[in-house]
Amino acid sequence: MTLPVLEAVPQPAPLRIDAALAVRWLEAFLRDELIERRGIPRAIVGLSGGVDSAVTAYLCAHALGAENVWGIRMPYKTSNPSSLTDAQLVIDALQIQSETIDITAAVDGYLMQEPDADGRRRGNIMARTRMLVLFDQSAKLGALPVGTGNKTERLLGYFTWHADDTPAVNPLGDLFKTQVWALARELGVPLSIVDKPPSADLEANQTDESDLGITYANADAILAFMLLGYDDDAILSRGFERRDIALVRSRVDGTHWKRHLPTTAMLSNTAINEFYLRPVDY
Amino acid sequence: MKVAIVQVKPRKGDVEANMRALGDAFEQLIADNAPDLIVLPEAALTGYFLEGAVYDLSFRAEELAERIAGLWRERGEARRAVDIALGFYENDGGTYYNAALYVNVEPDGERLLHVHRKMFLPTYGVFDEERFLSRGRRLEAFDTRFGRMALLICEDAWHAIVPTVAAVKGARILLIPSASPGRGFEGPGELETVTRWKHMLQLYASEHGVYIIYAGLTGFEGGKGMTGSSSIVDPRGELLAVAPVLGPCIVRAEIEPREIDVARASLPLLGDLQAVLPDLLADVFQETT
Repeated sequence: MTLPVLEAVPQPAPLRIDAALAVRWLEAFLRDELIERRGIPRAIVGLSGGVDSAVTAYLCAHALGAENVWGIRMPYKTSNPSSLTDAQLVIDALQIQSETIDITAAVDGYLMQEPDADGRRRGNIMARTRMLVLFDQSAKLGALPVGTGNKTERLLGYFTWHADDTPAVNPLGDLFKTQVWALARELGVPLSIVDKPPSADLEANQTDESDLGITYANADAILAFMLLGYDDDAILSRGFERRDIALVRSRVDGTHWKRHLPTTAMLSNTAINEFYLRPVDY
Repeated sequence: MKVAIVQVKPRKGDVEANMRALGDAFEQLIADNAPDLIVLPEAALTGYFLEGAVYDLSFRAEELAERIAGLWRERGEARRAVDIALGFYENDGGTYYNAALYVNVEPDGERLLHVHRKMFLPTYGVFDEERFLSRGRRLEAFDTRFGRMALLICEDAWHAIVPTVAAVKGARILLIPSASPGRGFEGPGELETVTRWKHMLQLYASEHGVYIIYAGLTGFEGGKGMTGSSSIVDPRGELLAVAPVLGPCIVRAEIEPREIDVARASLPLLGDLQAVLPDLLADVFQETT
């Protein structure tokens, strides 16, 4: 008699997420952080037309009420027109307040003195100008800027330091990009936003995946295993390519500094955040 | 025996505001079916993640017991006895602990019956307790007017040996003040940390035939959400009541210590363990020394 054989199923990358559960958690987080702890019941979100800022706007609108959320569109002259129209889809769907502030004059005002700046520098200037606008609108509207950076771009260093990462509160920073997509579907973000190729839209025809040289699906899975402590061979054995693993590891290892505040020389035994330690909500 | 857990959501570092909120809860409790025992979470009056501020926000155990008793007399019911257990940061002459006290409040005064100092200080990942705090060195069971109990704080209860030792030392009711930051959203429907706690508490209660009263802190602290889920588990491992993950609330149950005897009679695992544990431990120490 042949005995029945039961095979253990190999575990997939730990990316599965109960999107409805996570949405409830993040909405509670936003209410606690903005209303109860900071006493600022209004939020301001830079709406790029992409999925991260759309999800952030949905979470804020649900947590705080649409009337307390401002979606700010900040186009530059070379921005893809579809970024504006996709952002408008979010504004219309949620009935949040909105402003459109063109950053072209501000960016070009500086670039007149730096006409030779390459695309990377120009992109950083745009990102940092948007940060300036968001903080100024925050002061004008009495609304707290809420960040939109996800865990994948934070780990890969795919953001402008002291620009995209500056808002005081970030609901998405511990979610991989593929998990943000799951939340977007749960929240009912328009599919034209969810399904389009992600793009920083700082240069013509730019997409995240072509910039990074890897798909988000692969990057997220490799990152998920890497952060748990798996070495390259263990990840390789799970069906990923050595080139992709090396790419992800080098981006993570090369950008630790971007995930920290400025390096401060220590001279005393009361150095802030080294010896003098107080939590952010104290 | 009527038990109430007050699942609190403290304002970080604002002891006076948190004492006022506790006074409000006392008023609510006394107005409707007043409890005999009130259990509060870990770091109930300050919030959990304090880093170096534990030195600013710690109490002498006797001083805090007196304040809590005074609050009960002022806002609760001065003529009615109550027992109260709560977690706090303790300053014992310049040595600091993550601790929990048990005070018996009587109309003519209060008796501090026990102080437990957390033995397992999580110092990994998001946790950094041992950077600021010293380890407790003893796990003791203590007698109350409701029978023998033990206090365990949060990670103390993640090691099965700790509730086991408490039960072997005669504790019939385990009180577990906790502050458990939620993580693990694979689902379905429940955070991984919450599921894990439920499994552990139900397993310990049913293995040893003890009641478990688990008081969880709630609310977000710097992005970390405490998972509440305060619960009362009977000696067969049944969940009698469970609080939601988020939001302050009161969890109540009437518990019957005789249930412990009934449960142990039908599943005498604790008796078996008491017989075999000395051999097991001797064996362990022989192998490791």
